[in-house]
This record gives sequence, structure tokens and C-alpha cells, in this order.
Amino acid sequence: MSLITTLARLEAIRAGRAQPAATVRHRHLSERPLVLVPLTTAGEAGAPLGALVGRDRDAPRLLVVPQPRDRDLRSVFLAELADIVLPYLESFADDVELVEGKEADPETGRQVTVERELCADAPQLIVPSRAGVDLVRLLGRSTRFRRTAEQDPETAYPAPPRVPLLGRWFTHFGERSRVPGASLLLAMTDLLSRHWATGQSSLEDQHLGALLAWIDPPGADGPTGAEAALRAELGRDAEGQLLCPPAGPATDPAFDNRLLAPAIERYDRARSALAAAEDGVAADALLANLSAAEREIGELVRSRTLPTWESVWRGLDLLRELPEAAHVPDRWKGDRWSFTAHRDRVASGEPPQPRIDDAVTAAQKLARREKEQAKLDAQEALDDPLVLAARRLGGEAFVGEVVDVTMTYTESKRPSPRPLITVRTEDRPHLGEKAKVHRSLDGKPQTAQFVGAEEEDGGEDPGGGPLLVVLRIVDRMGRGREPALGSVPEKGDRVCFTLFEHEPRGGPKLPDPENTPWTHGGPPTDPSPLPAADPVTEEDLL
Amino acid sequence: MSEYLSGPRPGRGGPGPEPNQSAGPAGTLGAVHGDGPEGAPALRQRLAELRGPGVSAKPLDARALAALAANPGCERRALLDGAGVDKTALASALGAPAPFGQSQFAFTRGHAFEARVKGDGGAELLRLVRERLDPSAPEPPPGGARVPDLAATGPQGRTGRTALALREAAAAAAEDGAWTLLDHPMLALEVAGTPAFLEPDAVVVHPDGTWTVVEIKSFPMLDGSADAAKVGAAARQAAVYVLALEDVAARLEPSPQVRHRILLVCPKDFSNLPTASAVDVRKQRAVTSRQLGRLTRVEEIAADLAPGACFSPELPAERLAETVESVRAVYTPECLATCELAFHCRSRAREDGAVTVLGRSARAELGELSGVDAVLAAAHGEAGDAADPAVAALRRAARLREEALACR
Repeated sequence: MSLITTLARLEAIRAGRAQPAATVRHRHLSERPLVLVPLTTAGEAGAPLGALVGRDRDAPRLLVVPQPRDRDLRSVFLAELADIVLPYLESFADDVELVEGKEADPETGRQVTVERELCADAPQLIVPSRAGVDLVRLLGRSTRFRRTAEQDPETAYPAPPRVPLLGRWFTHFGERSRVPGASLLLAMTDLLSRHWATGQSSLEDQHLGALLAWIDPPGADGPTGAEAALRAELGRDAEGQLLCPPAGPATDPAFDNRLLAPAIERYDRARSALAAAEDGVAADALLANLSAAEREIGELVRSRTLPTWESVWRGLDLLRELPEAAHVPDRWKGDRWSFTAHRDRVASGEPPQPRIDDAVTAAQKLARREKEQAKLDAQEALDDPLVLAARRLGGEAFVGEVVDVTMTYTESKRPSPRPLITVRTEDRPHLGEKAKVHRSLDGKPQTAQFVGAEEEDGGEDPGGGPLLVVLRIVDRMGRGREPALGSVPEKGDRVCFTLFEHEPRGGPKLPDPENTPWTHGGPPTDPSPLPAADPVTEEDLL
Repeated sequence: MSEYLSGPRPGRGGPGPEPNQSAGPAGTLGAVHGDGPEGAPALRQRLAELRGPGVSAKPLDARALAALAANPGCERRALLDGAGVDKTALASALGAPAPFGQSQFAFTRGHAFEARVKGDGGAELLRLVRERLDPSAPEPPPGGARVPDLAATGPQGRTGRTALALREAAAAAAEDGAWTLLDHPMLALEVAGTPAFLEPDAVVVHPDGTWTVVEIKSFPMLDGSADAAKVGAAARQAAVYVLALEDVAARLEPSPQVRHRILLVCPKDFSNLPTASAVDVRKQRAVTSRQLGRLTRVEEIAADLAPGACFSPELPAERLAETVESVRAVYTPECLATCELAFHCRSRAREDGAVTVLGRSARAELGELSGVDAVLAAAHGEAGDAADPAVAALRRAARLREEALACR
């Protein structure tokens, strides 16, 4: 946490409400996102209890697993979820634009121009918290290797037809969410804490209710953010239930023990009574009992998810009030490419993502994430003075006024301009000898070299007064002897230079998987076309 | 339960039957070790007074110890845990109840899993121990291994019974290379002058006479890896058991070796089948041992209390709060996940305007300034010495932030 963030948090404590941590919105928000508020059963990995899902704020779909241990009921839930999520994803697949790109010709090896499809827009999945993102990954892992009856008639518990496909998409969204700045799958707590600094610790910011209480406390004369957050965290009604249910997917133990467990027990009793029914008339009455028990569990799940559902949409409203940052469309394009590429993989019948990546794929993913992190850091700083302020405080950027420009030239046959500019700044950049600094010139980075620096007042007050930094501009001035118009700052201009690159490049290209070096396990041995499904144990039906 | 509160489960570490909670009367504490602290009867008397009349001691468990070791500077926690005060009841009496609890679904599932792992005379468990930790050892006989009966009355009795079983297991291993499985043994570890009784899920004695701690957890190991935070917590907990076992081993002749690689048993993927992984706890053991050694001795903290101080939950909240306040606490947001009293400490820290409510890192970069008002005054140039690097950095930060917000 940088000192500026700490300061913002302290000011939030004093003010009783959250303070801005960004002046613009740094993440893409879709016009029509799909919101998913899932709940799971305690003690079991990825056993869904229910969910509210949908694109329409006023009409969420409620999905419930009345007995979370029952494999068949779980399958029904997943099939219903697939029927909502997959049509949403597919609605983005056909609207494409053609983009020209360069590609190595497989025969000649020459670079040739090809036209590729890029989806005009991509889906966006919003979950309440980071644990929700983890659940999407987990559901992806648990379903993508499942076999449908069509794929394998022998399988003990065949998956409904579209469930393995849902697993592949969830896995893709989960993987993409690990790329810094990517917006296909977002957690509302992450989005909000990126843009606001609350008066509590980042650990406590993981609670969506408390976080929103700080950002948007109820009413002007109402409780302060701290009081509202405390109520969201701990407030309970007369029956001992939390007033603001946790955003999940884990439920409150008091809810499990006092409300859910008895309801599930009633459901189980109704079900065994129905199974033991002797004649049709009795069965009708017992069936009514069973549906009543099922409805009761459904209402319980709705009562725990609806407040979170509202909170997520409220959070979206708050975020939409912020203007979008300049580089957001550029990063969203990366998400569109990611979506398009996975659409193509699915269409071409590739097998589901493997359980564990091979060495080259893993290295590529890591290299990509590092590159994207550097890019995100740079772009956020360029888009947002508040983010830049933290970099300035850290000595990674400086802002100042140009007080002198001296023209110099290279000593070659065709001299090129190398103007020396002197910048007067109050910042304290960490400039090493011949360090490169960058500024944005019409959206493109211009590079300068650090020549020297001195205190303006001759060093009487070390570390306090303004600094005079001399830089030599080295590029983006055109081809002629004289620099192109506007490419060199003039005296009196206010300029911002950064020590970090604006468009950081990745490392060297990694070898193809077939050429994995022996140090990394060698080329992958011929993988089986479809990884085996997870074994099913009887204990799942307790 | 709030999302970030994983919370200690009541009473014990992992899934499994509740341990014998009926810790003996305070008067018998310390009988475990013949070498109890000097003046132990007086201390026991003092701690009994602190708990209040008729309140029995709540035994310390490994989870609490691991959490205590993570925040060794907190005297409040050391004293309350050391004296066996029921912090859940105390927190409720103070009006800041701990939101911890365990879902019965998790409990049932954990039970079923542990029973499965230990079923069939521990055959599956021993197979995992041998496979992961000791592949060169002979296979346990088909009938399973020796599984001594450890039942006894009270924690002291169970501790004695465990020590005896370990002694016999050493002899059996030396004689005919037998495997021994101790199911829920009880160990004692002296912490800040008071003994804590610990109950590992299992301890295995190998044919070569070495001992292994087994932790059975109900979070899944997915494609060979598990949640790092949960594995870390399990390792810290196991390290406490290793320390306690080393205590027992030191009193045997020859002294058996306690392995520093423990066995973590988890459900495999989405099933209820066990899989296991060896976890090296040398680092956690060293850290815990050092932190536990640093804990200010409970008697020293108790000596600073006003005479007649008492933490009985039946006392009026105001008086309780006063007594609790008289013991120094070190609150950090991490406490929220591990300490029942954390919400009380947090509200006090907020009232006092302490910057630690934002976390340890915030505290670290602010130098000597520890109050919200002091920091803000220094940042806005109303107070503080500009020559202090922390104050200078704050003023620059405040100036930069204002400048950035102004150009919105």
C-alpha cells in the first residue's frame, strides 16, 4: 500500500466515508453484463447450493439445489446455469469485425497479411467477491472433464449435454481473470476497492456490504461509513441472522445451522415419504409436500442472495458514474481477442483445457501476466493523475515546467536534433546516470536521456527545494535536421516524464511445446485426446 | 460469518470428535510436568481468580497457539488464553460477540472424511504415510498396525496414557519393526507458564522408531495442490504438535526422532477419497518455537493487574471492559480471523484513532506517528517536524494527492 493510499484511507476515517483512489474508471464495464451471485455448501469443494443469475437487474433467475449432496440435483443446477450462461456468451460470438494482421506463412516462413475475425464485443461476468471468481474457476474445473451420455454411454453419472462446455468457458474466464487489467470476469469488491479508499484495512474491504457502506453510506445525516460498515459486518436480527448476508459463496454458519439444515431435513423427509408412497392419491399429497419443502429452500437461498445481487448492481451504478479511462478500450480489445480465440478453440473441437499446463504454456502465461501487469501500471498512471501521484511520490515520475531549451545536434554526417531541455520540478525522481525517461506525445511515447540535475537554490536546503533536471530528447522529432513542429517542448510548457516505459515489451519468444528443453521436462508426451473424468465416489450421496 | 473470517472452530483443530473438554479443575493444572514453574500453586490460584468463581479453564488448542504465536506482542491474548478464559463468552459480555461458528454441513463432512481416512485399522492412513514419507519401510501387516487404546479420564490422564503408548510403540518398533497409529493422542505443551493440552488428529510411529504428525483436513487437494493459506495454517498447527511431541521424546531414553515433515491428508479433487502430501514444517516449527518463547510469561502480565481483577462474563460490561483495557493489546486486522476478542479490540483501536486499524504495513510507513489525527495533522502541515523523514514524505504525499484531485 503506497503512502498516498494510506493517506486516503486516513482521510476516509476522518470524513466517515470513502475517498477517491482513482479519478477515472480503470476497468471496462459492459453495457449488458451477466451478474452471478452463487452460494455453496460448507465443507465440500464447489458444491453449489444455489445462485441468482441474470442480465436484468429486476428479474434475476433463482437456481437452487435443494439437497446439495445429491449428484442428480447438482447436475440439474449446472444444466440450468449452462442454459443461462451459454446463450449469453454465444450472443457475442457472431458479431465480428475483420482485422488485418501479420502471420508467418507455414510454407515459406514469410510474413504475410491475413484477415482475422475479432468479436465486436465480448461478454462480461460479474461476481460479488474474489471468492466468487475462485468458485467460477472451481466450477470450470469440476465440469469441463465430465462426460455426457453421448460422449460415453457407460458413464455412471452422465453430465447434461451442455455442462462440459460451460466448464470450458468458466475455466477460460477464470484463467483470463488472472491477467492483470482483464475484464471478462470481475469481482465487485476488487472493482470498488480499486477506485475508492475506505477507512478500513484491505482485508475488511473483502466484505462487499462493508465496502459499499463506506463508499455509499445511507443518507447525509445517517450513520458514518464506519458505523454502517459495522452494521453490515455484524448486525443480526432477532433470530440471530446477519442483516447483510455474506456475499458468498460461503454462507453464514448461523444460517446453515438454524435455517438451512432444518429446511433440507424437511426436504429429505418429504422425498423419502414420496418414495414410499403406496398409491396415487397419497403420492399427490406427498408431492405437494415435496414441492413446498423445495420452495422453502428456494426462498431461503433467495433471501441470502438478493441483498448481494442488489449490492452488485449498486456497485455498478457507482462505477458507471466515473468517466472511463483513456486506455480502457485498448485493454478491452485484449479481452475481445481472448474471447474470440476461445470461441475458435471450442468451434474447432479442441479438447478441454488440461488439468496442469505444460512447461511452455505455463511459462507463456506467466510472461504474459508480467507484461500485462507492467502495461496496466503504466497505463493507469498515464490515465489518472491520482495514480501518477503515487508514482511521483515513489520517484518513478516527475512533473515540472520547462525553463530552458537548448538545441544541440549529433555529430554525424547528417546531424539529427538532440535538444537539451531543463525541467524545474518539485518531485524527487530517482534518476541514475544516463537513465531513460519517457513522456507521452500525442499518445506515443517520446524518450529522453537524463543528463544531470541540481538543486535550484544551489543546495542550501538539501532535499527541500525545487530540482532542475536536464534531459536530452532523443526520438520522435521527425527525419529532418530541425525537429518536427510540436515535437520538442517549449519554455514554459508543463511536462510529465516517467522512468517506466509506456508500452513495456515482453521478453524473448518461448519455444513451441514440441521443442520444450529437457530442463523443463522435454516435449510433452502425446496427451490423451480427452483427459479422464474425475472418479465418482459413493460418498457424494450421503 | 463474514467472508474474511475463517475463524477458529470451537474447541479443536480439525474435523473429528470433540475432545474431552472437561479440563480438570485449575488446581490440578501443572501436574503434567513434574518441573512446573516455581510458585505454580500461587499462579494457578491467581489464574483461577481471573477466570472468576466457578468458571473452569478453557484449554488452549494448537490453532489458538499458532494464532498467538503470530501476534506474540499481544499481552491481552497471552493472558486470556493462558488463564483459560472463555474469550467467546467474554466478547459477548463486552457487547462485541465473535461471529465465528461452524456450519454443521462442514462438520458432518469433516467427520465422515476423517472416519474414512482412519477406517480399517488405519490401513489407508499408514499406506499414505509409508508412500509419502517412508517408502523404504516394510509394509504394515494386512490386519493394520498397532492402534493402542488411549482412553483415559481428563486431559492429564490422556496425556499420560499417550506418553505410555509412545514408549510402548518405541519398544515395539525396536523389537519387530511394528507400525503404530495413535488416534487422537493428547500432548501437553507449556506455554507462557501454563500447560496447554493439544490433540493432533493422529501420530504415527514408524518401524524405525521415528514419529510423524498427521493432519487431516477437509479442504480439497485439487490436481495435487491445495489452497496455500489453508496449507500454511495446517503447517503452523502441525508445528505446534511437533514441538509438543519433541517434549515427550526428550523424556524417553533413547530419545526418538520427531520427523519435521508432517503428513497432510485431504480429500482428492471433488471426491471423498483421501490423498496426502508431505509438508516440511521446519520453518514453522522454528518460528513457533521462537515466538512461544518470547511470550511474556503470564505471571508477569498478571502481576501488573489490579488486585481483584476478574474476567468472569457475569460481571457488568463496563467493569469487564475496564479490566480488559488494563491489559495491553496489539490489534491488527489479521486478528479478525483468529481471535474472538478482535472485534472488541478493533472498536477500541478505532475509538482511539490508532492507524493499526489499517494494517501493519500502514503502521510501518508512518514512523513514530501512530494516531490518525497526528498523521493527518502532520500531513497537512499543522504539526510535526519537517525534518522527520516520515513527516516530509507525508507532506509530499498530501500535496501530490491534492494536486491530482484538483485536476479532476
